[in-house]
Amino acid sequence: MKYALLIYSDEARAQFDELPEAEQRSIMGEYFAISELPGTVGGAQLQPATTATTVRVDDGKTLTTDGPFAETKETLGGFYLYEAANLDDALEVAARIPAARLGGRVEVRPLVER
Amino acid sequence: MIEQVFRSERARCIAILGRVLGDLDLAEDAVQDAFVTAAERWPRDGVPANPGAWIVATARNRAIDRIRREQTLARKTELLARAESLPQDVDSVIPDERLELIFACCHPALAADAQVALTLSLVGGLATPEIARAFLVPEPTLAQRLVRAKRKIRDAGIPLRVPPEHLLPERLRSVLAVVYLVFNAGYGPPVRRELCAEAIRLALLLATFMPDEAEVHGLHALLLLQDARRDARVDGEALVLLGDQDRSRWDRAEIDQGRAALERALALRLPGPYQVQAAIAALHLEEETDWRQIALLYGRLLELAPSPVIELNRAVAVAFADGPADGLALVDAIDGLAGYYLFHATRADLLRRLERSHEAAAAYERATELAPSEVERRFLRGRRRSL
Repeated sequence: MKYALLIYSDEARAQFDELPEAEQRSIMGEYFAISELPGTVGGAQLQPATTATTVRVDDGKTLTTDGPFAETKETLGGFYLYEAANLDDALEVAARIPAARLGGRVEVRPLVER
Repeated sequence: MIEQVFRSERARCIAILGRVLGDLDLAEDAVQDAFVTAAERWPRDGVPANPGAWIVATARNRAIDRIRREQTLARKTELLARAESLPQDVDSVIPDERLELIFACCHPALAADAQVALTLSLVGGLATPEIARAFLVPEPTLAQRLVRAKRKIRDAGIPLRVPPEHLLPERLRSVLAVVYLVFNAGYGPPVRRELCAEAIRLALLLATFMPDEAEVHGLHALLLLQDARRDARVDGEALVLLGDQDRSRWDRAEIDQGRAALERALALRLPGPYQVQAAIAALHLEEETDWRQIALLYGRLLELAPSPVIELNRAVAVAFADGPADGLALVDAIDGLAGYYLFHATRADLLRRLERSHEAAAAYERATELAPSEVERRFLRGRRRSL
């Protein structure tokens, strides 16, 4: 079963920026290690939400607005796609994502299988 | 007869089908269908030698019928293959996977209220209206909650298994919390015997399957020792304080079972909060109450599971052991219970014993305002009047 591990990391990012360089490097190492797991089948880090543009089509007319869709404090900062035997395994990987302990959140969502 | 089989075999059959199909909703419906078929056939043809295996085999065929009506081809093919792997032999020995089912129902990815409802519905076999009544939830809300939880188990891939070693302590805690919550919902007031009985059955099931887990025996002991006092605890509509209870109405057999369960727990030498609470409950059942020992145990409980409610209980024990003034000093030092009726009821009682009637009256009134049910309010008003 595939899961999206969605990383909401504004808060974590702020904390990360305050850390000494050596610690930042070790945290980046943790992210890379998760990318290298045999179950990880995809993923990406996103540019900050300030770079987002939202598109909507109304009556055939395209409406473009500045900013992310949801007006929440935490925005999506990146994600992994992870193939796991079950939810427990996916949750364990999610808990290893540094953002989860640095004030951010990781949402685990199963992918629709077709 | 069929009711007895339903009671004893239903959860087992749902667990087996659910595990193979990966879909508890489908498993439950298929098992339900099988019992309907049994109700038609058994009176005519006689009860099969192995009713559980008969239900599994029949439910398997019913599940296959249901899957054939499924829309998506890919899902249909996969589900059919899974269903066909189930035993068709009505004499086969079917495994008992209820423990796996309980762990899935109490998975932390499900909301706490859904965990309780699902455990009662799938493992306990309680009907939706019964559960709705017990938790004061409208029936459609509860039905919706159950459906959503079963779908989440299927769609999010919550495994039907006993968690591996490194997850077990945390998961077991949430299972035990669900069982204790069921018991407390039944302990009342108002008392709902079937919930208490169900919680004890669940605890026994866990204790049977996990004999090396001290806290499982601890919880089992705690429930038995509390349940043993159920008839003496309530007089008509009124609550009876422990000290005023008619001890001849305590269930001696159940007390013995509770003590035996506590022995089994303590022999494992892995202390935990349920065992301490069971030890306290056991001390309350002695001829002479050893309040000093109870106060010590509450101190131990505070170390294991700090909570202001436990501090309040310790203060009560200290008040009996060393006098109301010492107890009151501890009560007044507790933070965070200003909205809890028992905090004010306890203060009121201690103030009464210290002959500070005005303050006691005010505390009884505050407790009455906050009390959750009429039984308690009536009790508190009675105390207030007797000042």
